Amino acid sequence: MTRPSLTLRGTDRSDRIYRGILTGLALALPALILIILGVLFVGALPALRRFGPSFLWTSTWDPVAEIYGAAPMIFGTIASSILALVIAVPLALSVAIFLTEFSPRWLRQPVAFVIELLAAIPSVVYGTWGIFVLIPFLRNNVVPPLKAVLGWTPFFQGVFYGNSLLAGGIILAIMIVPYIAAVSREVLLAVPSSQREAALAMGATRWEAVRSAVLPYGRAGLIGGVILGLGRALGETMAVTMLIGNRHDIGFSVFQPAYTMAAAIANEFSEATTHLYLSALFEVGLILFVLTVVVNAIARFLIWRVARGRAVGSRAL
Amino acid sequence: MNRVLRRQITSRFMTALVIGLSFVAVLTLVLILGNLVLKGASSLDWAFFTKSPVPAGQTGGGVANAIVGTGIVVGLAALIGVPFGVGAGLYLAEYGGGRLGFLVRFIADVLNGTPSIVIGIVGWTFVVRPTSRFSALAGSVALAILMIPMLARTTEEIVRLVPHSLREAALALGYARWRTSLRIVARTALGGIVTGCLVGVARIAGETAPLLFTALGNLNFSVHVTQPMQTLSLQIYVYATGPFEEWHRLAWASALVLMGLVLIISLAARWVTRERYGSVR
Repeated sequence: MTRPSLTLRGTDRSDRIYRGILTGLALALPALILIILGVLFVGALPALRRFGPSFLWTSTWDPVAEIYGAAPMIFGTIASSILALVIAVPLALSVAIFLTEFSPRWLRQPVAFVIELLAAIPSVVYGTWGIFVLIPFLRNNVVPPLKAVLGWTPFFQGVFYGNSLLAGGIILAIMIVPYIAAVSREVLLAVPSSQREAALAMGATRWEAVRSAVLPYGRAGLIGGVILGLGRALGETMAVTMLIGNRHDIGFSVFQPAYTMAAAIANEFSEATTHLYLSALFEVGLILFVLTVVVNAIARFLIWRVARGRAVGSRAL
Repeated sequence: MNRVLRRQITSRFMTALVIGLSFVAVLTLVLILGNLVLKGASSLDWAFFTKSPVPAGQTGGGVANAIVGTGIVVGLAALIGVPFGVGAGLYLAEYGGGRLGFLVRFIADVLNGTPSIVIGIVGWTFVVRPTSRFSALAGSVALAILMIPMLARTTEEIVRLVPHSLREAALALGYARWRTSLRIVARTALGGIVTGCLVGVARIAGETAPLLFTALGNLNFSVHVTQPMQTLSLQIYVYATGPFEEWHRLAWASALVLMGLVLIISLAARWVTRERYGSVR
């Protein structure tokens, strides 16, 4: 039988030990972000020394001549992410508005669940689906009408390659919809119903209430959700690698192949034969990491203002 | 009158648009799952699950090596990642009110959005480079790093759901804080914590990017963690992007198996939490 301790000293010490252990485990996270940054920076040093800032705007990537520039990948990363946002934002906002404003009660859970499942599909499965289903569909049913209507603009010119900015952008869009929808739904749920009621009482139609009272109230959080989706799109690797065509080239037509930073690392890292080649890929990783950390940090600040530190969107819906 | 009518029509139109776009989003999932089943199910037979791949160009063979490999790589990753993730989550729930708590929480959320390919570089740097050999262990390290921030946040959320009165009762009975935290709070939330771990496992089981240059892939059956190892995700990548019809068939089947695996774990996890915390969310 254990003797009940009459003083608090004994338990005090074990409490401190317990707290110390937990604190140590929690400190793993700040340590991790520093370790990642350190690893990437040290690995990138040779390339940083050799090319300086011109790495960012040089568009040559020539392992034979040992000249590396990341401009085409940076361009492709941003272009595919923007394309994805253009497609995903209307879809995701619609889902969020539908779930919070228009849906009958019995339909809410099933729809939310289906959207959540979209986030559970592994990236490589999206890629497989994209190669065998999405690209043939685009080639047969989407590209011809797009060309007929918008073929005169620089964005829809040239031959459709299959693996292209368009295919990569669409698959990215499908993949980020659940994240944006999850955050947006939480944000809209946090809008007090008095906002809606006030608008309706003033004689607003249902849509006008949403547009003029609900959406503006949650604006910061909604923007945060979109930026969070952007962060996901920037760093997404497998599906994009399988669909975007992987060509070091800057072109404005969405029908042409492009390249992203993540795809370049995925394709070339294990084949990088020289020291400088590997270092250039580390620098690409460094740029990608810093970019996504900044984007995610902005998104978190905006979302936290609404959701008060809850883990909204860390997991979809 | 005309104005009112126009506003009504706009409202109707926008409502229809919102519903239509939501329908499109739901339809995508149905299409993807439908295609997986249609194209993958016919290839699932006994040989698929029990045989290793045959040389390229031949027909037949299975993905037994990849299924076992996924289990080993992911299991090892969970062994490394779970203590850190759950510990950090407990810290956030129990002592996370201060500045350090804020910082850790923020970093966890930011890391949750970090590209997994970058984490692969970290695994490569710490395991592959010093041992100068690709290995399952390197892949597990990368996946464990991916898991930690995810687990920290889910654990925190779940532990916070434990009613305060339970904690107060234990403290009032003279329990020490650490004992209250472990025996009462964590114990009560155990089901939820396990669920969170399962969801984390499901997420990393589908990861491919961080394994490309760590676990690398292996066409033969291997259970040595210091050797390259195949996983389902890597196998799908190779088969789907390869030139052979037979490979494409196997890619679909493997994708169906991986999807099924991830779905079953997620659904089970969801079911368990709904039983317990259904009223909260």
